[in-house]
This record gives sequence, structure tokens and C-alpha cells, in this order.
Amino acid sequence: MSDDQLNASRRDALKTMFRGAGVLGLGGMAWGGVVDGLKASELALRPPGALAEKSFIKACVRCGSCVEACPYDALNLATVDDHTAIGTPFFVPRETPCYMCTDVPCVPICPSGALDSELLKPSEPTEASERMDINTARMGVAMIDEDACLAFWGIQCDACYRACPLMGKAITLEFRRNDRTGKHALLEPHINRTACTGCGLCEHACVTEKPAVFVLPKELASGKVGNHYIKGWDKRDEKRLHELKEEQKNRSQSAEDYLNDWEDLIDE
Amino acid sequence: MWARNKYIVLRRIVQLLFLALFAAANLWGWKVLMGNYSTALVMETVYLSDPYMVLQTLAAGFLLSADALIGALIILMFYAAIAGRSFCSWVCPLNLVTDLAFRMRKKLSWRKKENIMLLGRNSRYWILVLGLLLSAILGVAAFEMISPIGMMHRGVIFGFGMGWAVVLMVFLFDLFVLENGWCGHLCPLGAFYSGLSRFALIKVKHQAENCSNCNKCFPACHEPQVLDIIGKQSGFIRSGACSSCGRCIEVCEDNALKFSINNYKKHRREL
Ligand code: SF4
Ligand code: SF4
Ligand code: SF4
Ligand code: SF4
Ligand code: SF4
Repeated sequence: MSDDQLNASRRDALKTMFRGAGVLGLGGMAWGGVVDGLKASELALRPPGALAEKSFIKACVRCGSCVEACPYDALNLATVDDHTAIGTPFFVPRETPCYMCTDVPCVPICPSGALDSELLKPSEPTEASERMDINTARMGVAMIDEDACLAFWGIQCDACYRACPLMGKAITLEFRRNDRTGKHALLEPHINRTACTGCGLCEHACVTEKPAVFVLPKELASGKVGNHYIKGWDKRDEKRLHELKEEQKNRSQSAEDYLNDWEDLIDE
Repeated sequence: MWARNKYIVLRRIVQLLFLALFAAANLWGWKVLMGNYSTALVMETVYLSDPYMVLQTLAAGFLLSADALIGALIILMFYAAIAGRSFCSWVCPLNLVTDLAFRMRKKLSWRKKENIMLLGRNSRYWILVLGLLLSAILGVAAFEMISPIGMMHRGVIFGFGMGWAVVLMVFLFDLFVLENGWCGHLCPLGAFYSGLSRFALIKVKHQAENCSNCNKCFPACHEPQVLDIIGKQSGFIRSGACSSCGRCIEVCEDNALKFSINNYKKHRREL
């Protein structure tokens, strides 16, 4: 081969490599885009004992064991059109809620650790045989749309209250004077966020066309106070103060000096 | 008749048996094989899992339970040491679809046109690596999120949803665009087992002295590049890309091909 030919074939090889890398990059970006889009959706309600969503979709090996274990067929495995990580389990309470089995068969069967029985530890120590307490599950949290709820209209309905496995704890009924009629009482359902397991039995039971009470994933339905406010009257919350990073805690100036220090505010 | 179709019949039986057992676990609570091709519980005792899935999960930053890790190790050892890439031809449910496309293409005797869109048979190894990279970047097992194999098996066991569209896409791609396009060029799981299988025990053996150079085995094989020794030299079809489907053995009329135990030491001496 002459030098020219050699160069030409080298150039060809380089070109092919270059184009190959390009195609691969292009495909990779499309692939990544699809995956990113699918995992971004946080609307799915997970089985009891599931890790936080971010870890959960990492951990779940999409085996469907939990789905098979559920005696009520509450759980589904996501397919392409379910808008969440494909192959992961979720439930739709309006169709079939989680009936909160006391033995929680869906959790110990999970081979990956995506469903973790540690997260269902009984809050008070009980008999050794009861390793899990389904009441500690936090699959989501129920929300009430007061505009659509009949009870807030003054019509008697306590379907959700009676359906709740933690009746009186997760949903309470609160009396209020009905100002419209002046002589009746409203019996309004209220959700206690710390007790609600997110099972969705209330959503399932609600009598309105589109449920006035519905479960949302906890992450989605929660705010966050941040570090600027701490409950000084709550010992546990005060702990957060001590966990803050040093720099955040010790400002160089006292609060009063900081407020009185107006010189910085003026130009020149 | 039997000799001409022995392996294809056996393969279909094995493939469908796996699907049937998984489906029976879901429908009637049979405990023989629960779960699916990603992770299965056998007879309520051992877990088996897909090692490429486990690698992606690791790359995504999650250490699976010991059950799943050991299960992946068992599968890895089994294919690497004994069965080669036979997962593809004997277990994978998508193989039913891609085999069909392969056969239809042959029936229609469409001209083979390799290397469209720069897809060579090595692309799959890059895709394998890309899958791990994307898993690390996105923090979720990237191939499992789009895997048509997953859609196929979950589809059969739990219902397809829109998953059938993805499976159909693979079929159409293989039929109209590229021969053996998915399994031979794209699938990272097939690539994973291919890369693993060079030194497996069970391999196809060629006896060149029987070979009449009829070349029937080449069009029968979905990875014809592995048959490079045919008619030239006796020995084992070593390449990990051979999926032990046995098609070549079935079409060979001169008894020049058969499954055999790969005696690696002996072969070394021959060299
Ligand atoms: S607790 Fe029972 S009803 Fe709820 S998801 Fe698990 S198995 Fe199904
Ligand atoms: S059993 Fe665990 S790993 Fe399997 S699908 Fe359910 S959550 Fe995922
Ligand atoms: S069941 Fe629905 S309408 Fe009735 S009280 Fe509960 S939320 Fe309101
Ligand atoms: S190459 Fe992939 S899709 Fe094809 S048979 Fe093997 S694992 Fe299945
Ligand atoms: S060499 Fe034979 S057994 Fe291997 S893939 Fe090709 S046809 Fe199948």
C-alpha cells in the first residue's frame, strides 16, 4: 500500500469511528430522555413498606412478587402507558385500595429490599411474632377537596370516615355550625396526616363522581419548613437546631446588630 | 423429521414452560417459579436474578439484598461455565418474536443488508456499556426501564398494557429493517451473555472431515459470523455469540455439527 492509500484507509477508519460514536451518543440521549421522563413522574402510590420514591425505583427489580402476593389484587405492575417507572408496582385506590392486611404478605416476599419490613416496625414493642404493623405504613396521604365533599355542603355523608381502617384516628369527624341553615350541624371529615396510611379505602368509598377525598404520594402532598423555623417548644424539633451546620448556626452578628446595620444598604 | 426439528421443538417447549410457570404463579399461586426473568423464586427456596439487571442497579447506586445478589451470581456462573449464551435461544421470551421475524425474512428471501445506520454486531457491546453509564447518571436501571424483554414477559404474565407496541416495534425492526436486528445488534442482555460465554462447557462442535461445504448452516444461523471454521477446520464454535439454538445442527445433512462438551485443555494442546 502506498502512503496515500494508507492515509485514506486510516481516515476512513477514523470517520467510521467518529460516526459510530455520534450514533451512539444520539441513541444514548434519546434513551436517557425516555428513562428520565418515566422516572420523573411521582404520581404512583407504592405498596406498604416501600422505600422513598427515589430509592424505590433504583431498588425494585420489577419482579412482580408483591403483585402476586396481594390477595386483593390491589397492586399492578406499570406498563408503558402508566406513566411511571415501567415494571414497578403501584396501586390505584379508586379501583382497588390497599386493604391493609395485618400480615402484609406483599412485603417479606420482596427480594430486592425495595419493600422493607423494617419500615413497618411496630411503633410500640409488641409480641415478637408481629414483626410488622401495617398501621405504620405511609403509602401516601389522603387529601379532601372541601368544595366537592358533600359533608362540607351540609349533606350527611360519612362514607370515608366509616371506610377508614383507622376510623377516628386517621379520619375524624368535626362538628361545625351550619351557618347556611342556622340550625343544623356540619359533620366534616378531617384527615390526620400523622395517622393516615394512604391505603385509599376512603377514596374507594367516597360517593361523589370523582372522589372528594383522594390519596397523593406523601412527597407530593407535603411542604417543608426548612431551617429558618424551629419549634422551640418541641424537644424533638429543637434537635434540628443542633444538627445544623456550624456556619448556618453562628452568624457573626447578633440578630439585633444585623437588623440595625443599615450602612450596607446604601450605595456610596 | 424429528432430527430436522429436534432443537426447535425442545426450545419452544422450554421457553413456553418458563412462561407458563411464571403465569401459573400469578394466576393460581403455583410456587414452582415465582416472579419473572429479572428475579425469580424457585420452589420457595432459591432466588435467581438477571446479572445485567443487578449490575445496572449497582451502577444506579443501590445494593440489592443478598438474595438477589446471590441469585445473580448463580445465573452468571451457570451461563458462563456451562450453558453459554443459551439464555437467548432457550429461555428469553422475546426470542419467540425475533425468531419469527428471522424465519419470515428467510421465507420472503429478502436480501440481507448489513450495517445500515452503522449498526454492526458490535454495537450491542457499546449499548451494554451505555446502559450501565445511563444507569449511573440517571440513578435508575436504564435498560430495565425500556427493555422489550421485560415488556414481553410482564406482558404475558401481568398483562401488556401498551407494552405490546414495544414488542411489535422489535418485530417490525427485525422483519423490515435489519436481519436479526434486535438480538444480534442491539440487545445488551444478549451482548452480556455473549461476552460471558466464550469458555462455556457446552458448545457446537464441527467435524470438518464430514463437512461437504454445502453452506446450509450459514443462512440457518442468526449469528453466521461465528461459523468461520466451517469446512476449514474441526473444532468448537467458540464465539460467545452462538446461542446454542442448534439450527445449524438441524440443517446439516452430513453430520458435521453436534453439541459437545468443550474440552478446553485438550484443545489447547491441539493448538
Ligand atoms: S397490605 Fe395487603 S392489600 Fe395492601 S398491598 Fe399489601 S397485600 Fe395488598
Ligand atoms: S416484590 Fe419488590 S422488587 Fe419485586 S416488584 Fe415488588 S417492590 Fe419490586
Ligand atoms: S365520602 Fe367523600 S363526600 Fe362523603 S364525607 Fe368523605 S370525602 Fe366527603
Ligand atoms: S439477544 Fe436479547 S432479546 Fe435476543 S434472545 Fe438474547 S436476551 Fe433475548
Ligand atoms: S452456530 Fe449453530 S447453535 Fe450457534 S447460534 Fe448459529 S445456528 Fe445456533
